[in-house]
Amino acid sequence: MQIESEPQGQAPGVQEQGRATGRTYLVGLFYAVILTLASFWAASTNFIYAPGVPVLLAVLAIAQMGVHLVFFLHISSAPDQTNNFLALAFGTFVVGLVVFGSMIIMSNLNHAMMPMDELMRMQR
Amino acid sequence: MSVVDPTASTPGFVPLSRRGPAPIQAVVGYGFWLFLLSDIIIFAALFATYAVLSGETNGGPPGATLFDKTHVFIETACLLLSSVTCGFASLAVQRRDKVFAYLWMVATFILGALFLHLEWSEFAVMVASGNAPSRSAFLSAFFTLVGTHGLHVTIGLTALAVMLLQIETLGFSQKVRGRFYCFSLFWHALDIVWIGVFTIVYLGAR
Repeated sequence: MQIESEPQGQAPGVQEQGRATGRTYLVGLFYAVILTLASFWAASTNFIYAPGVPVLLAVLAIAQMGVHLVFFLHISSAPDQTNNFLALAFGTFVVGLVVFGSMIIMSNLNHAMMPMDELMRMQR
Repeated sequence: MSVVDPTASTPGFVPLSRRGPAPIQAVVGYGFWLFLLSDIIIFAALFATYAVLSGETNGGPPGATLFDKTHVFIETACLLLSSVTCGFASLAVQRRDKVFAYLWMVATFILGALFLHLEWSEFAVMVASGNAPSRSAFLSAFFTLVGTHGLHVTIGLTALAVMLLQIETLGFSQKVRGRFYCFSLFWHALDIVWIGVFTIVYLGAR
């Protein structure tokens, strides 16, 4: 879309005119491929201390999401992107609340629940 | 050309309060961005469900024995490449270059369809071997999460086919370019969700 810079800010994914090139996507592809290969390697190798693998996978996934946001969706912290960036920050916050909140609550409930066999014995 | 804080002393300076409403493309793009973020929150709920239920196999096979990493790697490659071809297509649409727009859009469609085919064949094999969604809570959560993503890809492919037809019949009008731009945002967002899926579901399988 041909979009001039607007004082009210820009829509997400719109690059400033004259800077939108295929190069951006190719650089993004390069980083994404490296991070994807690293993820699949980390999941199948014995080279890394096993309990550390999930942490490494999480770091690689978050890095790749960042690469996609910057190079494919062209989200940046530029002044004309303030609205998009704030919306993204709020979305990330809600996602974190939903995912980690659910996991904490459910593991607490699991912890507090009586083992199934004991429960069955009581009902008899 | 960002907004470089024009000082009031600049001749022709208009204060923000008098600049009027934002242009329609910026408003539509921002609204679509908000929709995408709320869609990602739906996925967050499904991810949370999966994370809670992933160990509840009810004596059935766990994820580590069900999933084929090579298969998933090919799916990932398809979706990543289709994201890039979609980017090239949106550049071609910006240039109003019909030949390349079609070329990259068709490439995006083929890669997306290949992804769906691979996912469908994986589901079919799992269901045929008795590991249907009703087998265990883990499999219910798995089919819901991955199936919802697949459904989104299907919707995206439908939108892409409609865009191909609209460029043919309506040309590169302002409206059509705006629609294609929303589609490309949707397609890139789906790829971001897929990063979460392949990391948590397939690579994190125990």
